[in-house]
Amino acid sequence: MPHSALAYIAGAYEHPLRNAPDTSVAQLHAEVAFGALADAGLSKDDVDGFFCGPDAPGTGPLSLADYMNLKLRHVDTTNTSGSSYLIHVAHAAQAIAAGKCNVALITLAGRPRQQGKSKGALKRADDPNQPDFQWESPFGIQILGVYGMVAQRHRNLYGTTAEQMAWVKVAASHHAQHNPHAMLRDVVTVEDVVNSPLVADPLHRLDCCVVTDGGGALIVTRPEIAKSLKRPLVKVIGCGEAPVGQNGGYMEITDTGAQRSGATAFAQAGVKPADIGYVSLYDSFTITAMLQIEDLGFCPKGEVGRFVMDGNLISGVGRLPFNTDGGGLCNNHPVNRGGMTKAIEAVRQIRGEAHPAVQVPDCRLALANAIGGQLGVRHASSTIILERE
Amino acid sequence: MTYQNPAPEPSPDSLPFWQAANRGEFLIKQCEECDQAHWYPRPCCPFCASAKTVWRQASGRGKIYSYSYLRRMAEPYVIAYVTLEEGPTMMTNIVDCDPEALSIGQPVTLVFKPSQDGEQAVPLFRPLEP
Ligand SMILES: [Zn+2]
Repeated sequence: MPHSALAYIAGAYEHPLRNAPDTSVAQLHAEVAFGALADAGLSKDDVDGFFCGPDAPGTGPLSLADYMNLKLRHVDTTNTSGSSYLIHVAHAAQAIAAGKCNVALITLAGRPRQQGKSKGALKRADDPNQPDFQWESPFGIQILGVYGMVAQRHRNLYGTTAEQMAWVKVAASHHAQHNPHAMLRDVVTVEDVVNSPLVADPLHRLDCCVVTDGGGALIVTRPEIAKSLKRPLVKVIGCGEAPVGQNGGYMEITDTGAQRSGATAFAQAGVKPADIGYVSLYDSFTITAMLQIEDLGFCPKGEVGRFVMDGNLISGVGRLPFNTDGGGLCNNHPVNRGGMTKAIEAVRQIRGEAHPAVQVPDCRLALANAIGGQLGVRHASSTIILERE
Repeated sequence: MTYQNPAPEPSPDSLPFWQAANRGEFLIKQCEECDQAHWYPRPCCPFCASAKTVWRQASGRGKIYSYSYLRRMAEPYVIAYVTLEEGPTMMTNIVDCDPEALSIGQPVTLVFKPSQDGEQAVPLFRPLEP
């Protein structure tokens, strides 16, 4: 039964570079924007809505819109860190349905490898008005430590093991070997992961994603326009977003916003986890992807350790093919914001344009999910569900 | 472990907390309307939005909620969440410990340590039993 369309993703483009010493951040945005427009078969002058995050240099959308000389009537700079770009898809669909724009451009780009931010440490806003800053910065909060705490607690509550976590990286590496643009193309084993150095117990070095330059872009448009183009139709049928905080000090850090963003998206789409043929999951760390798997309902809470074992996430092998581009763990993680590339690979899967070695046969329904911010501290989950028409 | 905590920058909301810390007192905020203690301290209760929040002396006892040993840093340290006896869970460091011998649920007790600049006592925790 066909599901009602919120909007269509008509164009998607992932920048081929992972290291961009000779391209400005503005030019990276322009290259992904024009790449996605070319993919859709649309032109720059068709764009009347622009969505970007704080990776866009300048005040909100203004500098980049001027740089690309866009003529806009709708802008949105929602920022929930790496999950922003899936929220942008949802907000673009809402804006299109409300008649606020016809062709929405979403861009992400940057070059953290050129700007000394490639160490994995989180650069925090040094703003005394940020109310939580003084309660966290004195304790050396950084991204490895907070995800380490989440993983440690999941191990404690549910018995999840280092070997089970390693299977997530193993699956990503099996996919990345087929991606000529991937940052890391070597297939790794469970032993490779658990024997890599501990960086923030219980996380090993190979539990962590890559840091890359580059970016990506999406074009979201209304049904009439999508159907006039010569590309396979990728329908957005469900969206959800869920910011999560510390609840005044009474939180459970192994529960993610994916519980709510996923439930919202599934309800809107009228489908259930068992219907999904392919998932893109923001894999900032192995544990991040695992928590999304259980919180989206692909397995019962606490059982993801067993679920991911034995190649269950490998396309053609397991029950839940994930991140067939190699994900953030092996392929690409531009600007430390993983939502964009998650949407792009989901679009490829729905179109049947993933690498043949990893393409899910007859992929009718795909889900992309991202966790932005810091799991265990403050984050936002965003979910989109896509259907082939 | 020689990691030293950077000094916080107090705000009008938190100045009494940090001043009390320099006197060796560990305060938390509790709501007089709904009786709940919360973390981090705010003038308005995050549960019932009442402005009737008051500073209370806390016991300084708690249990490790979770932790991670950042062993690849220039000065390795343990970041942790500790659930206080009064209810809420706070971010902190576990110090004066064997980082490889810690466990979730382990009882810990407050210890103030000076910030890098020596100006501010910072609330950290150490295992209750060595
Ligand atoms: Zn209250």
